[in-house]
Amino acid sequence: MTAPDLIVAEPAHDPAPAASRTLRRPPKPELSAGQKKALRLARTLVWPAIVVAILVTQIPFLVTIYYSFQNWNLMRPGSRGFAGFDNYVTVFTGGAFMQSLSATVVITGSSIVLSVLIGLGIALLLNRKFFGQGLARTLVITPFLMMPAAAALIFKWSMLDANVGMVNWGLSVLGVDPVQWNTDFPALTVIMVLTWQYTPFMMLILLAGLQSQSKETLEAASVDGAGPIRSFLHMTLPHLRQYIELAVLLGGIMLLQVFDPIAIMTRGTGGTKTLSYLLYERAFVGLEIGEAAAYGVITVLLTIVVASVALRLLFKIFSSEGAKS
Amino acid sequence: MSTATATPVSTAARASTTAPPRRRAKRMRHRATSTALTIFTWIVTLGFFFPVAWMVFTAFKTEAAAATRTPTIFTALSLDRFVEVLDRGFGVYLINSLTASVMSTVIVLLLAIPAAYGLSIRPIIKSTDALFFFISTRFMPIAAAIIPIYLLLQGLGMLDNITALSVLYVGMNLPLAVWMMRSFFSEVPLEIVEAAQIDGANFFTELVRVVMPIVAPGIAAAALICFIFAWNEYFLASLLTSTMARTTPPFLGSFVDGRGQFLAVLSAASTLAVLPVVLAGWLAQKRLVTGLAMGAIK
Repeated sequence: MTAPDLIVAEPAHDPAPAASRTLRRPPKPELSAGQKKALRLARTLVWPAIVVAILVTQIPFLVTIYYSFQNWNLMRPGSRGFAGFDNYVTVFTGGAFMQSLSATVVITGSSIVLSVLIGLGIALLLNRKFFGQGLARTLVITPFLMMPAAAALIFKWSMLDANVGMVNWGLSVLGVDPVQWNTDFPALTVIMVLTWQYTPFMMLILLAGLQSQSKETLEAASVDGAGPIRSFLHMTLPHLRQYIELAVLLGGIMLLQVFDPIAIMTRGTGGTKTLSYLLYERAFVGLEIGEAAAYGVITVLLTIVVASVALRLLFKIFSSEGAKS
Repeated sequence: MSTATATPVSTAARASTTAPPRRRAKRMRHRATSTALTIFTWIVTLGFFFPVAWMVFTAFKTEAAAATRTPTIFTALSLDRFVEVLDRGFGVYLINSLTASVMSTVIVLLLAIPAAYGLSIRPIIKSTDALFFFISTRFMPIAAAIIPIYLLLQGLGMLDNITALSVLYVGMNLPLAVWMMRSFFSEVPLEIVEAAQIDGANFFTELVRVVMPIVAPGIAAAALICFIFAWNEYFLASLLTSTMARTTPPFLGSFVDGRGQFLAVLSAASTLAVLPVVLAGWLAQKRLVTGLAMGAIK
């Protein structure tokens, strides 16, 4: 567990972690004939998957970069041509981008924080022996299995509707007037659905972390007089760190691309126009291919910022695994 | 059997008679806390599950009973809403979803099993680089690739085509599958593989006879997760399909037209749409947990 700390200490702005690792790799050891054969086999087996991944994801992205330098609106087919950085200038000078960026940060950020916190709470509750433990876990993971489109619709109409929604009925029992969630608090509405759907996912990862903690250590701490809160803060939480990071990372990857609840519940109104929804609107409603492609490229660049932090973390996990074996 | 059941009773009896009063009070308090925690856990659990339960319950109501301000609990229940949903051609969308999910999952497995095996063959050189490549494709928002894909499919006349959609789902799920399965493959003990090689088993028999049974649970978990992601996918499906190849999520999204009462029929459609994945997820819960959490951690 000491080796990973060396990797974390790398400069944070390192743009290509893979390349820098190649440089630091020790000289190749001489391989026996059998090992060479095994290596050739390994490469043959991996290649088809790599080729498919390149064809389906990487090449379209390269074309997107090309489009982002084109002046191209599908409504005016004749006027297509090289545009230089015009599309990027349009993106950064128009007000839509900054609004969209803040919407993305608010929605993604709050959904992650809320679902990790609630997920941790539920994981702690489910990690003890109690009546109906298995059934409770089954019920709790259900929101994650729900089709997002169905979840968004059920929340919009059945839970949060101003007239017949269950949440407003619950509030009316408490004497609170009905709230127009969907029109008055659109961002909150989206965050509620996302938190509901992603909490089980976070919970599963954190529960796995809790269950991998050695019981003997906790018992020893309890014998030594450490209360439940102290042993949680000083032992469980540090142990869970790696799991929390992973939960945040995986949740972040999925939530940054989130589209369904926005398209279904708010259509991008009231501070819910995230980058992926804005791109969809520019490309498929405004038919501005060049400008939409520029949004796509920028979205990827932003994701790389998140991803480079994430990759570092994953590398840390891989290298600690390597140290073990 | 009798001794096993008798032991806890006798220890409990001994404890309650011999323990000093203060100890007993402490134990009582401990038990009260434990019961309170259990009740709290169940309140949270049922609160979390409530929207799903309410959706299923509403699906069996009449529209009038579903659209009341104060929820109706005691009301006539029927399957009429499900019949209504199926009359609107819902079956076709379910079949399209099934086709896309199964087709993409099978292709993902065909590509990912050899790749994951290849990545776990020793000596591992550059395997982390290949692995990083797969993970990094997963980081890329689908939005960055959608425009050229849309224009290409439009040019080829392949919009509204279930095969085209399935191929894109392969691209979406492949990295995840490779990543998860690799962790299961690397758990195969080296001795087993070497023994198979000494026996003269060639690569294919080795993979099928020796390695596959060990990693089968991991493959099942990866397959289930790929299936779930494909079944639930909305963005690509809503952009790339219209009538023939329309899958369930975009159909659901356009289900509400705002005219008349629709809550019960919407609930019925949603129930049908989520049923396959929720049931599969419940049944294969252990695998799902292993696949998601352990596959991701290791």
